[in-house]
Amino acid sequence: MLSRTADHLYWMSRYLERAANLARMIDAHQRLALLPRQPEAVLQGWHATLISLGMDSAYEARYGAVTPRNAFNFLAFDRDHPGSLLQCLRSARENARAVRGTITSDMWETLNETYLDSASFNTSMPESARGDFLEWVKYRAHLTRGITSGTLLRDEASHFTHIGTFLERADNTTRMLEARWRDPGGRGERLLEDASEWAVLLRAMSAFEVYRRLYRDSVTPLRVTQMLLMRQDLPQGVHRCLAELQANLAAVANEQSAETLRRVGELHAQFQFGRFEELCAEGVTTFLDRFQGRLRDLGGRIANDFLVPSGTY
Amino acid sequence: MPVPYDEMLDPAGAPRAHCRPYYGWLREQPAEQLARKRTEADALFHRLGITFAVYGENEGTERLIPFDIVPRILPAHEWQRLEAGLKQRVRALNAFLADVYHEQRILKARLVPPEQILCNPQYRPEMQGVRLPGGIYSHIAGVDVVRDHDGNFCVLEDNLRVPSGVSYMLENRRMMMRLFPELFARNAVEPVEHYPDVLHENLKSVAPAGATDPTVVLLTPGAYNSAYFEHAFLAQQMGIELVEGQDLFVRDAALYMRTTRGPERVDVVYRRIDDDFLDPLTFRADSTLGVPGLLTAYRAGHVSIANAIGTGIADDKSIYPYVPDMVRFYLDEEPLLNNVPTWVLRREKEREHVLAHLPDLVVKEVHGAGGYGMLIGPAASRAQIEEFRGRIHAHPERYIAQPTLALSTSPTLVAQGLAPRHIDLRPFVLSGREVTVVPGGLTRVALTEGSLVVNSSQGGGTKDTWVLGPDWSQARDETL
Repeated sequence: MLSRTADHLYWMSRYLERAANLARMIDAHQRLALLPRQPEAVLQGWHATLISLGMDSAYEARYGAVTPRNAFNFLAFDRDHPGSLLQCLRSARENARAVRGTITSDMWETLNETYLDSASFNTSMPESARGDFLEWVKYRAHLTRGITSGTLLRDEASHFTHIGTFLERADNTTRMLEARWRDPGGRGERLLEDASEWAVLLRAMSAFEVYRRLYRDSVTPLRVTQMLLMRQDLPQGVHRCLAELQANLAAVANEQSAETLRRVGELHAQFQFGRFEELCAEGVTTFLDRFQGRLRDLGGRIANDFLVPSGTY
Repeated sequence: MPVPYDEMLDPAGAPRAHCRPYYGWLREQPAEQLARKRTEADALFHRLGITFAVYGENEGTERLIPFDIVPRILPAHEWQRLEAGLKQRVRALNAFLADVYHEQRILKARLVPPEQILCNPQYRPEMQGVRLPGGIYSHIAGVDVVRDHDGNFCVLEDNLRVPSGVSYMLENRRMMMRLFPELFARNAVEPVEHYPDVLHENLKSVAPAGATDPTVVLLTPGAYNSAYFEHAFLAQQMGIELVEGQDLFVRDAALYMRTTRGPERVDVVYRRIDDDFLDPLTFRADSTLGVPGLLTAYRAGHVSIANAIGTGIADDKSIYPYVPDMVRFYLDEEPLLNNVPTWVLRREKEREHVLAHLPDLVVKEVHGAGGYGMLIGPAASRAQIEEFRGRIHAHPERYIAQPTLALSTSPTLVAQGLAPRHIDLRPFVLSGREVTVVPGGLTRVALTEGSLVVNSSQGGGTKDTWVLGPDWSQARDETL
């Protein structure tokens, strides 16, 4: 496969995954707004999300102080920030357009239609329709993933699509956790409130029923974190994402990718054989930060080994 | 100007014999139904992404080439004559190119003045003496054909470099089948969908000797080119890689593409970028679209390029008047397809005639393309005509002139309902082991009333082109 084609497939799936998870993060705030919380805590919650996404300074430059409506508009609709939800949908489509001959026409038409229909959503949307918008984004992502799994040949194209999806999902799951841990409302002292706030995160990630089945116990920050990091069988979980990443990278291995494979294997092993308590011994957010750094390293190495090879030719 | 020939209706307004079944059906369709089908077609084209991206000021706008739901219909016997003429013409043009870049017999015979060739910017001295597989230069030719007021076909222009539009021929047919399946059961329309297969076979057949299972790629300028949809579409239909210049590199006079598993050899390049941009080491040094060293690999015979470099010398407007002579010279046959009558302004007598009749004529710059650099006498102001007169006096060799043609018309669905609009036809002639024309081509239509400019860059639209099967024509002859 052409390296450039692999590059577009990888970014197509990363942007799509990012759009879906961004919808979930915003959705969590919509749900939190229904809980009896201090106005102060609501604003701090949005701020925590902006920080964990690395989009806080861009927000401040644009809007100044945090308000729920501006934060929603920025994360969902901002046409000038490449990290906004609409821009992610657009980037997914632009990458798909560059490889429309490699993906199936069903995939292309779905991504294209998502992009065309997204033009009707903007900052003038009334409050009441905003939840439907987030649902729509999740639905389009589900649809696209379904069509991909139902029609795309299981060759390199499929591997690079998966590599993008799982690298992005591992990253996004840790950011959703990080945002909750950074939210001063969620310090674990006020158990009752915490329980409902962490339940909101689970619901936003479509993982609440799974939690009940696995734990049959009250919702606590540490249990939720452990589940989202360590469960090998949870599709949204970091452990699962690393297993998929490792398998797909092994399937496309080439002459220069040995070190990348070693590093992803090493990272995977932490989750496979490590103890949750030891991984987070220096604090959950410290661990999450360090982990995101290692994902960035992997992303850079994947680009060098497969996507934009230079020098060696 | 004479009354134009209408392709569907005779001068009395009755449908021509081969159009009767379609026209009968068309008359039964309520206006709202047709309008709804047209809206449906637009929505489908958008969803399929068969659009021009317009980047810049108005973020995210994408344009469609307007599609008309009324087809242009050709009966079998007319098509057979046209097809034979097209094949003959392209054979002669390829023979001319091979001759120009080798023996130059036609120059020695004084049929074409040598300076017309050797001093022409389209002549590529780099190609002199280079041997090409099969001796083919223009593997894909798009020959623009119009019909005069008597309904005779004549050639307006040969496009031998990187002709485009074939994806619209294919997508228009798919769209018609989706919108009006019942019509295809009633009319025996010759299929066109095998075009990509024929093209792929032809491209493989011209691979360098020794490439047993040749790798063919399609070279595109990239996703922001206005014809990108067509490039992606053809690559997908042929099952070949769609590459950009940055994906390719030359090592030891051989061409490779960069893949996730390392370099992979490329044998044939179906290029959709102009000669000037192909190799910055030989042509335009500032080109980032091409591949440094490609010409070296090409000249060494290690890679084939379709169309060949240097084909522009045969479709240049200054060479066009000589094509009928080429047919006689190389094939020893009489041309089956005529040129549009053309005055060559380099010749004094013809120039005098043209200068005396400028308001009635069309004057074309020999190196212009896409409807630019052109004077349409009847539509021009006095000042424009005088401006051209001055330009012709200064550089007569840069111009040719033709009568203003009454291009044929076809009923077309416009805002006011069905109305005649001028059309042309671009059939695609493929040369490999043999010369093939898929029945039909791209019909372009000038949507503005009275306009003769069909180019999509200037607001033209397209129609599906039907060639009816011979069986149907026979049945028709029996019933008549």
